[in-house]
Amino acid sequence: MNGFRALLGKELREQLRTYRLPVVAIVFLLFGITSPVLARFTKELLDALGAQATGGIQINIPPPTPADAVGQLVKNLSQFGIFIAILLAMGTVSAEKERGTAALILTKPASRLSFLLAKFVAIGINLAVAVVLACAVGYIYTELLFESAALPIGGYVAMAILLWVAIFTYAALTFLGSTLTRSSAAGAGIGFLALIVTGIIAALPTIGQFMPISLINPAANLGIGAPAGMDLLGPSIAALLFIVVPFGLAWLSFRRQEL
Amino acid sequence: MSLNQILLVVIPLVIVQLALLFFAVFDLLKQERRVRGGNKAVWALVIVFVNILGPLIYFFFGRDEEHGVEEPAMPLFTSTDAIAQITAGWPKAPADAPPAIQTSGLGKRYGHVAALEGLDLSVPSGSIFGFLGPNGAGKTTTIRLLTGLASPTAGSASVAGVSIAGSDGRLARNIGYLDQDPRFYGWMTGRELLELVGRLYGLSGYELHRRVGDVLEIIGLGSAAERKIGGYSGGMRQRLGIGQAILNRPAVLLLDEPVSSLDPEGRRDVLAIIDGLRGTATVFLSTHILSDVERVCDQVAILNVGHLVVQGPIDELLDRYAQPVFELQPDPQQPGAVDRLASVIRPQPWVKEVQATPDSVRIFVNDPKQAGAALLPLVAKTGVTLARYERARPSLEDVFMHLVERPELKTVPPAEIPVWGLDGRGRR
Repeated sequence: MNGFRALLGKELREQLRTYRLPVVAIVFLLFGITSPVLARFTKELLDALGAQATGGIQINIPPPTPADAVGQLVKNLSQFGIFIAILLAMGTVSAEKERGTAALILTKPASRLSFLLAKFVAIGINLAVAVVLACAVGYIYTELLFESAALPIGGYVAMAILLWVAIFTYAALTFLGSTLTRSSAAGAGIGFLALIVTGIIAALPTIGQFMPISLINPAANLGIGAPAGMDLLGPSIAALLFIVVPFGLAWLSFRRQEL
Repeated sequence: MSLNQILLVVIPLVIVQLALLFFAVFDLLKQERRVRGGNKAVWALVIVFVNILGPLIYFFFGRDEEHGVEEPAMPLFTSTDAIAQITAGWPKAPADAPPAIQTSGLGKRYGHVAALEGLDLSVPSGSIFGFLGPNGAGKTTTIRLLTGLASPTAGSASVAGVSIAGSDGRLARNIGYLDQDPRFYGWMTGRELLELVGRLYGLSGYELHRRVGDVLEIIGLGSAAERKIGGYSGGMRQRLGIGQAILNRPAVLLLDEPVSSLDPEGRRDVLAIIDGLRGTATVFLSTHILSDVERVCDQVAILNVGHLVVQGPIDELLDRYAQPVFELQPDPQQPGAVDRLASVIRPQPWVKEVQATPDSVRIFVNDPKQAGAALLPLVAKTGVTLARYERARPSLEDVFMHLVERPELKTVPPAEIPVWGLDGRGRR
């Protein structure tokens, strides 16, 4: 693959130089801190505020557990993580086509596959760094805030991997949109449309478990050492296909595109 | 909730969030920072009030990476001789090399619109070749086909002996290309861009360092090499564009309108670089600025409405197609002298066209010999005294205007197009 190394280096340097990688990592890090904190202190905060603050309504919240902290983390990362993944991928290819920098690179001995793959891998690395950071900080905070917490390392790592896969799926679908169009907004539109459609399908019986977003609940279960609650092999393969197939389609389209 | 727990929770959270917020605000307030929409106050509000995601939204959508504050332009100090000295060790095409660019019936259609039709072109190796035509003639389409950025719908072509249909990178290794509106990564420095391009050509270590150094010297950007491209002037960007195009020492350099958007100083600099590359690479230069072509090119082709009109060395084109022109400038203080001259000369059978300006008369003739003999006696009859009488050297512009205004030439079959030095099949 001509030029892949040089182009991947350029992509990663661009993410650092434009602060996208550090900013995404810090935002994820904040979710890693706030999720266990909110889970741990929500009940105490509401108790401290008293019934007056809740309009006289008595809210009974059970005592917080490490499972609440992990659940909160997974929920936050899956919601905001997918949103951020779409932002990351929406202009990667379309902006370069529109600006003309794609033509600059592709009149050099760099294959179109290398051009796309370098961008795709760079997005994956960015999201991986962010997810790892958030999960690591979330783990530390959960252990510190919950005396009874004993999160299993293996299950927690599996949770982080599944989260990354689920989030990266939407980056891949947005990446396809960005390759098919010349507009970042259109790329984002395709990403959000994919999110809505897969969200609707995920609610359906049988087929729903194969949607990437369906990995979120089993991920949270694994994170606290509980059984996943479903057979993960099929959904995991489906999620990987949700990553590989959009990239393949993007390449098939891009190799024929005139720049 | 103990105090320790509160501190444990609050302090890192506050530190990280404030650090992110202040970093974004600090970046926004930098003098050289440009933001989309141009209003920094709006972006400041977004950063401060959209909670955690504000800085993220700013870094994704607010920063304009392509444009910084334009720093003072840096004129080219490298002379043509110095450029020739640097390029002396570069590979040169042998004298008997086959044509650098050869096209046969090359065409491109977009639906029902023919952007280019039946282009048969042969560009001699080692020449600086001007590819002329009015806007929309098909110049950019041709160059995009020759670089492989677009695919032809008819015909074939080879550049530096490599078919444009191949996709194995051989074409890219043999050419250098500069877009008519070259765009770069604004966050990169000039040196970083050249290093990236060098790595794509497989260069590394000392060789990469040396090549980048040589190119920076040729384009005169050595002292701006560490500056961000976003702050380069238009002329500096164009020179950087030529730099990235010659880094691989290409056999054929394809330049699409390289000087059209530049001020006179920038044009002079870029033309000096192109001139300095004479003999090193075949330069294929599209433009509609004819004076620039006359300055640096030794061969030209004229394209009009997607068709090749004519091709050949400039001098031969001037001899063959330029209409002979005489210019008469009456002595001042002779009211109506220009009109008197024009009215006497216009009816003559050897006159094709008379153009009268406030202080001179320009006469296009179809028989220069007869005109030369008859013109001065006619002037004498009018009683007008002349300050200047000149048989003007016709310009390429005259040839261009003459040819592109003759619609019948647009339909001349390729074999009948006069191509000097080539036979009907494009052979020398």
